[in-house]
Amino acid sequence: MANIMIRQADGGGLTFYLPKRDLEAPISSIEFDTPEKWGGELKLDNGGAYYIDPIARPPRLPVSLRARRLGAAED
Amino acid sequence: MTTLSRAETEALIAEVLEVYPEKARKDRAKHLTANDPGIEQSKKCITSNRKSLPGVMTIRGCAYAGSKGVVWGPIKDMIHISHGPVGCGQYSRAGRRNYYVGTTGVDAFGTMNFTSDFQEKDIVFGGDKKLAKLLDEVEQLFPLHRGISVQSECPIGLIGDDIESVSKKGAAAIGKPIVPVRCEGFRGVSQSLGHHIANDAIRDWVLDKRDGSPDTSTPYDVAIIGDYNIGGDAWATRILLEEMGLRVVAQWSGDGTLAEMMNTPKVKLNLLHCYRSMNYISRHMEEKYGIPWMEYNFFGPTKIVESLRRIAAFFDDQVKEKTEAVIARYQPMMDAIVARYKPRLQGKKVMLYVGGLRPRHVIGAYEDLGMEVIGTGYEFGHNDDYDRTTKEMGDATLIYDDATGFELEEFVKKLKPDLVGSGIKEKYIFQKMGIPLRQMHSWDYSGPYHGYDGFAIFARDMDIALSSPVWGKLVPPWKKTVAEEEVKEAA
Ligand code: SF4
Repeated sequence: MANIMIRQADGGGLTFYLPKRDLEAPISSIEFDTPEKWGGELKLDNGGAYYIDPIARPPRLPVSLRARRLGAAED
Repeated sequence: MTTLSRAETEALIAEVLEVYPEKARKDRAKHLTANDPGIEQSKKCITSNRKSLPGVMTIRGCAYAGSKGVVWGPIKDMIHISHGPVGCGQYSRAGRRNYYVGTTGVDAFGTMNFTSDFQEKDIVFGGDKKLAKLLDEVEQLFPLHRGISVQSECPIGLIGDDIESVSKKGAAAIGKPIVPVRCEGFRGVSQSLGHHIANDAIRDWVLDKRDGSPDTSTPYDVAIIGDYNIGGDAWATRILLEEMGLRVVAQWSGDGTLAEMMNTPKVKLNLLHCYRSMNYISRHMEEKYGIPWMEYNFFGPTKIVESLRRIAAFFDDQVKEKTEAVIARYQPMMDAIVARYKPRLQGKKVMLYVGGLRPRHVIGAYEDLGMEVIGTGYEFGHNDDYDRTTKEMGDATLIYDDATGFELEEFVKKLKPDLVGSGIKEKYIFQKMGIPLRQMHSWDYSGPYHGYDGFAIFARDMDIALSSPVWGKLVPPWKKTVAEEEVKEAA
């Protein structure tokens, strides 16, 4: 588990930020993005994937969350 | 004075690495690369923010330097105690030239050194009592200070002093904030972690202290974040923002005060200059208070115009109109500077090796003068810094992270730049090699370099460095005669 932050990107879309590793990457897809459910698997455009527990409604951004890495470390 | 192809740059790196033992070579190879502006993630080609190799010469600082020297030190109305032995604070005292307005020793304390001056007995028996006494004395001797920060040096963490509880008691006694900062020098791999620790201390002990107080902000309030007013940088920046019609509420932290920091949560936009040292607090304020932040670049007219327009885009048409007027007003001045210096500097090659934001931010200013940056690197940058740098640099230019003394020297020998921009430790070696060097940490006792006013000084300084007649006098007279005589004999 790692602390991450998700924020609105300047050009629309979402940015994923993992302070521990100074990793900043656009999020290319998010599993649940509806008014009732938000979160799940995040795919990053650098090939990485992370999982955040889905929450009831889209949060106010930016938001700090706990995320789990899926698969091997990307680099 | 050569522009290398990718293959040549890679060959150069390989050649320089040859002298290292195998393990060291493998490690250092990850920190050196030929730039590829196309990639988004710098991690693919360069590793950064790792422990320096033992045995090589690096120019990194410690976490204490990052916290006391960079982030906290410039806050002028607080007293920053270098808690521990006397040397850490005294040898770095006033070295960064963070200018401020105020009467030193009365209501401003920027250039003074306060220390608990640890002796052997304090290490053996603990220094908490001494710290408590020191806090009392500070309050008696300097009653106009607005708060104290306790900047831990290495021994504090090693002997396990409880500076938090002493600070809390002291703060209650004097009725002013006392901030314990756990920035012992051994933490992390460079001063970079010190910046982070200092940001976290501000977050925990300062930032929210005026939440809920009456909101007197205007829709045009901004804060300048990560400008340390070196040689007056923040002032040159502030003038422009005020001319745009914005109200600068806080300067973090050059010429800044404690009250300014506490008022920052009410601003509408945080303007971030040094990303490396203060992105942490900007991100925190964005999450907690919903304040957007943007990185800007006030080096050189091209980048300034770009940044001014991007800042104005956050505000209404009135600000946008004023911004255009500001740009139009300064343009003739900039044109005159470029017309004067560009013909003298055109085509000159520069290599940079500095910290913080400069390895990428000043590239634009050099390009405005027709100069080209052929190599750059950070002392303590992270991945996100290199992400932002690769786009600014030309293809196949050299990028070096945490370069060792040896590597830098070899690169300069091979690439033969016309100018090196680096620190005081590099200055004399390169000058002795016959290459002009500008000390780009504190602008070589000049400055400001930010903003339109700064660019005028920047251009002049670069010209002075390059055009100095000394570079033609490097061969001592006795050697010259021999050489000349040989020529005569041959003829
Ligand atoms: S590493 Fe420790 S002893 Fe050295 S300057 Fe930093 S705090 Fe002081």
